[in-house]
Amino acid sequence: MSTTARTSHPEPEAYFKDGARVAHPDAPRQEFNHHKSPKSHILLTLAAWLCGLLFALPVVWMIITSFHKEEDAATNPPSLFAPLSLDGYRSFFDAGPWPPLLNSLTASVVSTILVLLLAFPAAYALSIRPVKKWTDVLFFFLSTKMLPIVAGILPIYLFAQQFNLLDNIWLLIILYTSMNLPIAVWMLRSFLAEVPVEMLEAAQVDGASLTVTLRKVIAPVVMPGIAAAALICFIFSWNELLLARVLTGTVAGTAPVFLTGFVTSQGLFLAKVCAASFVVSLPVLAAGFAAQDKLVQGLSMGAVK
Amino acid sequence: MSSDVKTSGMPDGPVPSSAAGSGDDASGRSPKENAERATKLAKAGDWSRRAPLLPALIFVIVLTQLPFVATIVVSFMNWNAYYPEERGFAGFDNFARVFTDSNTRSAVMVTILLTVLVVGISLVMGMAIALLLDRKFRGRGIVRTLMITPFLIVPVAAALLWKHALYNPEYGLFNGLLKAVFGENAPQPDWISNNPLIAIVAALVWQWTPFMMLILLAGLQSRPLDVVEAARIDGASAWQIFRTMTLPHMRQYIELSGLLGAIYVVQNFDHVFTITSGGLGTANLPYFIYQTFYTAQDYGRASAAGVVVVVGTIIIATAALRTAFSLFQEDNK
Repeated sequence: MSTTARTSHPEPEAYFKDGARVAHPDAPRQEFNHHKSPKSHILLTLAAWLCGLLFALPVVWMIITSFHKEEDAATNPPSLFAPLSLDGYRSFFDAGPWPPLLNSLTASVVSTILVLLLAFPAAYALSIRPVKKWTDVLFFFLSTKMLPIVAGILPIYLFAQQFNLLDNIWLLIILYTSMNLPIAVWMLRSFLAEVPVEMLEAAQVDGASLTVTLRKVIAPVVMPGIAAAALICFIFSWNELLLARVLTGTVAGTAPVFLTGFVTSQGLFLAKVCAASFVVSLPVLAAGFAAQDKLVQGLSMGAVK
Repeated sequence: MSSDVKTSGMPDGPVPSSAAGSGDDASGRSPKENAERATKLAKAGDWSRRAPLLPALIFVIVLTQLPFVATIVVSFMNWNAYYPEERGFAGFDNFARVFTDSNTRSAVMVTILLTVLVVGISLVMGMAIALLLDRKFRGRGIVRTLMITPFLIVPVAAALLWKHALYNPEYGLFNGLLKAVFGENAPQPDWISNNPLIAIVAALVWQWTPFMMLILLAGLQSRPLDVVEAARIDGASAWQIFRTMTLPHMRQYIELSGLLGAIYVVQNFDHVFTITSGGLGTANLPYFIYQTFYTAQDYGRASAAGVVVVVGTIIIATAALRTAFSLFQEDNK
């Protein structure tokens, strides 16, 4: 017990339940550190801070560099306190990033809406009044996520070429929808499975149709799940490069495609590259920071809550 | 309100085991009442049940399975866009070329190496950092936010950042820091040329460790703490608690994050494309296929390589599905 003697919190009294020694139920539910000495607590805290700072450093460096003049950005050793400048942003926005940014926004938002419209009824059919063999169907959805995009991209490219759909934002929207639909179905199912069956019975007794039940009864309850699914779909669509690069060009090119072309065609300007990377990442950063918990649920496809 | 639902007119029938929530004993209803309710819910007809599912199902089949079937067909064809007159049936030639070609073999090796290294290192680091963040300390929220930042950078932007702002031998941050610490004579390595694959691995580990950390942290925080508490009162050491209680509890979270990570890292295109353009022996299968069909226009061979990727992925996917299934059964208890 010597390790627990030096705690900063009162030691909960041991008490017996079913013959086993457990913590007193009234004891405050402490987290994992109160058996540590203050010294190791400080060390572990420092280690945690160090990890956080090290992982964020490249992004911080990117932001600092983006606000420097080109000649100050590309120096060795780095000039941290060089005068600030918006030159990087100015030259990024002079390069005409609005059409690609708008294409990314359109593709991400429209495909996210389509995904939700398709996934929500499907998740209903797989959870609340499940169809036969619903586990098989669910696993079919998941298994399509494991089919690499490269395995189907050639026929899609040839198809698009044949029907004049290359460089068309709608093709991208449809493909992003199919890319994210399985995740959304999987996530929404796990949220719908928790809707109390009494609520559905009540709706049925009141004679509500399926659409009304989905919209008025279920949707409000599973709103957090819908938000998590939407967030994940938005991020994956916004980030996607391979499909966009192969299937779009000057008209429907998205922000990631613009980023790659931007560096190779104009030579290297570090402040501009950093400004561009930051601007393109900004929507994902904002959405991710705002909804950290939903991000976890979403990334684990709702399996971790 | 649910107690005055009329259950009289319903003929008795077998209760489908799939009827959701029929085992709800907290409602105080008799089993018979519950069974009648379940039957009623099930009666509405199979087609009205399937209808909500079909749009999504058809959509996914048309857009993922059909292209793959087409890829299989093309993989048995001689089809190079530069030689249109030679188009025809090729049998297993493309596959033979895929397996004998040193570039493809190298792409297979790179893909395996990249996936194993990135997922392995990210998992270990993610677990260590998750343990650090599973304690109460000042600024925990801020540290968590700092930690997840790498994951929220668009992958191409992250790859550009590493290539130009960090790795660049003349003005990148790494060599800049070396000079700032060791003075004018500090070594100034060319990170990407010296170790191209490691350079890609490092950038990917930086981006994927937060993902592992987030899922593992969620797992750590779902541990029943009173049991841990009891073990501690009984005098178990921190290491004993970690090995015998934390790790077994964490197993499914470790598997889940590892397999989800593997699915994405196997398919990585952005980093290879941006950092080395597949040069210096870093072309992985996705990049190799992209190059074979997009630049070399060899559709048959690219398709054969695509089929090989899928077969490889199925091996991972089988393991992934099994994990997902175990989680899922947990979920349904």
